[in-house]
Amino acid sequence: MTALSVRDIGISFGGVKAVDSVSFDVEEGSIFSIIGPNGAGKTTLFNLISGVYLPKAGTVSLFGEDVTGVAPNRLVARGLSRTFQNLQIFFRMTVAENVMVGRHLKEARGIVPHLLSLPSVVRQNRDSRTEAIRLLDRIGLAGRADDLAANLPYGELKRLEIARALATEPKILLLDEPAAGCNPKETEDIERLIEAIAADGVTVVLVEHDMRLVMRISNRLHVLDYGKTLASGTAEDVRTNPEVIKAYLGTHGAEEAARARR
Amino acid sequence: MGRLFNHPLAAPALIALIVIACGFGLGSNFYLRVAALVWISALAAIGLNLLMGFAGQVSLGHAGFFGIGAYAVAVGPNVLPVSPLLALVLGIALAAVIAYLVGRPILKLKGHYLAVATLGFGILVYMVLSNESGLTGGPDGMPVSRATLFGWRLKGVDTWYWITGGVLVVGAWVAVNLVRSPTGRALRALHDSEVAARVVGVDVARYKLVAFVVSAVYTALAGGLLALFNGFITPDVAGFMHSIEFVVMVVLGGMGSIVGSLVGAAILIALPQALSAFQEYEHLALGLILMVFMIFLRKGIVPSLVALAGRGR
Repeated sequence: MTALSVRDIGISFGGVKAVDSVSFDVEEGSIFSIIGPNGAGKTTLFNLISGVYLPKAGTVSLFGEDVTGVAPNRLVARGLSRTFQNLQIFFRMTVAENVMVGRHLKEARGIVPHLLSLPSVVRQNRDSRTEAIRLLDRIGLAGRADDLAANLPYGELKRLEIARALATEPKILLLDEPAAGCNPKETEDIERLIEAIAADGVTVVLVEHDMRLVMRISNRLHVLDYGKTLASGTAEDVRTNPEVIKAYLGTHGAEEAARARR
Repeated sequence: MGRLFNHPLAAPALIALIVIACGFGLGSNFYLRVAALVWISALAAIGLNLLMGFAGQVSLGHAGFFGIGAYAVAVGPNVLPVSPLLALVLGIALAAVIAYLVGRPILKLKGHYLAVATLGFGILVYMVLSNESGLTGGPDGMPVSRATLFGWRLKGVDTWYWITGGVLVVGAWVAVNLVRSPTGRALRALHDSEVAARVVGVDVARYKLVAFVVSAVYTALAGGLLALFNGFITPDVAGFMHSIEFVVMVVLGGMGSIVGSLVGAAILIALPQALSAFQEYEHLALGLILMVFMIFLRKGIVPSLVALAGRGR
């Protein structure tokens, strides 16, 4: 089944077409990567899919249902969550609390029981914490559950964002450069984590610059350049596509490469 | 020690101890009176702290809600067949409704723009209270009839000391409950990153409104208590300076610290009394003390001292 379908989506900022008529389908349970040079519109595309931006043209569907323009918090209820390229951590909260916020829609949200701390609320807090610790254990941070998030190093915060998104029990997870700024060991951890998430049946859409990582784990790739689709297909299709080589190496670089081959 | 600090009942229990200790320790009616005023201001400051310190939304007009609570108690029994205590309940409900109606449009604003919009709301309430002389007695203020509870007239400084102290302790307990609940986590989350809160399912607009209404309820309750305690009320309770004082209490005591709101209120209410010996230099001394506090304890008194104590261990 198609988990996510994007049709002719587009948005412009001040006359610049940041994303221009992009279309693709993501198969349920697969790992789908969006790659492209800096400024190609990858994060903008994520913002359009996750409801952070309202598209000027085109549609987004989740599992066959049109969700174009639906607010991000409502998309969560439909099974979509995401992480951010620039860290969006709740720095004044503890590590466990960061993940517990991800349980928000699974919790009863009546204000009066919260004000009075009724036994049901106490029980629910405990359940949310248990689930948070389980997820932290999965990313290797259970030992830091009660530390302030602000005190964690960068690589651990990247994983914490993933744990927080997983707490919403997503069916589709958008990961925006999860390995950016991570050392080789951390990148390897993230790669294993993404594969484990996909193995659980969660559809993963990935924006990532680490080509080794992308080529290894993606079922399909979609290449953007200047907001437009440049190529789409399997890792092998994309790697050998002359247009992609040109965009990544530059026209001059591509000629050099071609000359060197001769 | 750290575990004790983190217990949900730590802040309300500490505040209860302070209220009880002062109740038996402060000998004269003058001191009990100042302390009761501190409890009332602390209640309003805790309410504003829920909005500013936890949800991260500023308000420079909270004295408006204080004024609504105070004048509901004063005016209510004159125009409706209600007792002062019932008028207090109605005033709190009115403040909640007004907070909801005002909050919906203005909470879309951020930072300085929200500050100016709330400022405008406070000025509006002040203008209405001082201009509707027929109802409110205008700028000269109006008397408030004595409250009775089960036929017992609530009067005397010590009676009101224990009433206001008791309400403060309950208010602190409720605030701590809220902060530690899913609602509280949503508020603290949107303070740090609205977009991250949204993508895990938090309806940011709704939770800002929740924080605004709850804080308005606290502040209106404080205003109503002041009216009942004082027996007389003027529009200055809703004035701009009063709004600023609440903000100073929250920031000075510590944003996001319930005990801090009590400390901030105590300093702003009690210090001018202590400084009255300086006569015309009183405000100069107060201003200097506030500056020194903020320079050396820049996260506010309570959070800074807790951090210092943590480093000392």
